[in-house]
Amino acid sequence: MAKVIFVTQNNGSVEVEGDSGSLMELAVANGVAGIDGDCGGVCSCATCHIYVDPADFVTIGSAEEVEADMLELDDQVTEYSRLCCQIEVSEQIDGMTFVVAN
Amino acid sequence: MQFPAEEFHSNNGAVVIIGASHAGVNFAFHLRQQGWAGCITLIERDPELPYHRPPLSKKTLQSAELKSTPLKAEKAYSDNNIDLKLGYEVTTVNQSAKQITLNDGQCLHYNKLILATGCRAFIPPVLGLEVIDPLNNRSIFTMRTYADTTAIKAALNNSSDKQVVIIGGGYIGLESAASLIAMGAKVTVIEKQPKILSRVTSAVMSDFLTELHLSKGVELLTDKDVIEVKQLSHQYPHQPPHQYQHKQVVVCSDGSEYCADFIIVGVGVRLNTQLALEAGVDVEQGIKVNEACQTSNEDIFAIGDCTQQFSSLYQRWIRLESVQNAVDQAKIAAQFLTGKLPQGEPVQQTVPWFWSDQYNCKLQIVGLSEGYDELLVKQESAQQFSVWYFKADKLLCVEAVNYAKAYVLGTQAIKQNLLVDKAALQSRDALSKETLFLAVSN
Repeated sequence: MAKVIFVTQNNGSVEVEGDSGSLMELAVANGVAGIDGDCGGVCSCATCHIYVDPADFVTIGSAEEVEADMLELDDQVTEYSRLCCQIEVSEQIDGMTFVVAN
Repeated sequence: MQFPAEEFHSNNGAVVIIGASHAGVNFAFHLRQQGWAGCITLIERDPELPYHRPPLSKKTLQSAELKSTPLKAEKAYSDNNIDLKLGYEVTTVNQSAKQITLNDGQCLHYNKLILATGCRAFIPPVLGLEVIDPLNNRSIFTMRTYADTTAIKAALNNSSDKQVVIIGGGYIGLESAASLIAMGAKVTVIEKQPKILSRVTSAVMSDFLTELHLSKGVELLTDKDVIEVKQLSHQYPHQPPHQYQHKQVVVCSDGSEYCADFIIVGVGVRLNTQLALEAGVDVEQGIKVNEACQTSNEDIFAIGDCTQQFSSLYQRWIRLESVQNAVDQAKIAAQFLTGKLPQGEPVQQTVPWFWSDQYNCKLQIVGLSEGYDELLVKQESAQQFSVWYFKADKLLCVEAVNYAKAYVLGTQAIKQNLLVDKAALQSRDALSKETLFLAVSN
């Protein structure tokens, strides 16, 4: 079981919890604004862009090649950007806070 | 486009949306987010909580645990005060009374009506295919709804030979083939044209995908016209009667016959325009809409696969069957209805994009290749390449296989109207923004 917080662009903060699936699915299931997941989670649309807290980035890890390329579609990309359809919900991310990029 | 008077965007009044797939659902949520205060009713004949369609032929079919991928959580509809009516059919639209009727006799009034009616799988006029009742027929399927996927999965599990014939070598047929192969089926794909995907792609991509499917064990037959589907009842000796002892035989015009436990028909779609016609709005290849997705009736809008819209990017009327188009049109229509589209400026042109996943190949497409006069292939390896379609110097489309970088650069070039250096595509150097884009073209 992992509890995480999404901070949205309108400065809303949503705490959600889940134990499986992707972080994108968890966000969509909880109606987190700015996480669309239009492609259903196959890293094809770049509509689930989040910023990972720099302190957590080593734990989360960097994007693989396809994801890193897809992130280039978004002008708001930073070194802490990830597409959250590529992050698994697990105890490893428990307690983390993610900022929604759009 | 004429922007209507201020009172048009009252942000109030009853909005009725017919169709709750990608377009209808996204529209409902965007409309609420944009501040619409009135009722939003979303009507859908499919009883399932609205779901992503693209995974049906891929993840949904293959996953051990059969479940759909919901577009939104069930709770999100009530949280946003969206009245979701699943399992209802709209029987009539009365545009003068601004009313629709449901199959249970309920009448609903609307101030704005949104047609997000999409399309349905086309069943070609072939002997033996005339009556496909997905609820009762356990041998002939289409691939359009969650119920279709569920039925196909059950048929595969219940068949001992796992022999499948897919009629149609388009994206639906090929994705289904890839999934079924992964599930241990023996798959035959029968395509009428000399090449698969010939309507939508070039010989380069068609040949690549042909080789891919052949290498995975698909029997891929082209230039074959199916003329009849026969049912063969075979009594196996020493076995109890079983419903899947019926075999289907697909007969082609050249006399060849292919045996199957079940058949998937994937030969394209027909648009659901009946309600639009009944409402009296202009329908040609699709429901005609302006940049704001408004039909010829100012209170009726149409979004998604069922529409036909003028593309300023491609300078022609286009009709798209895609998630991107459904979502983008939903956003624009919601912004227009709430008065959020910048007035006096052209509506921002969206660029079409598509994807398909087959085996371990990720195909990503941006733009439309129709009308190209030159294509260049940028190849990184046998499994990683991209096809760049030009008309003179204008980049029309990029198709990328396992090559997200090419897809992203292609998207940027088309969106920003950048001039692409063809020499950079022909060189052996890795693709980069710095070498690929020459300057902003006019």
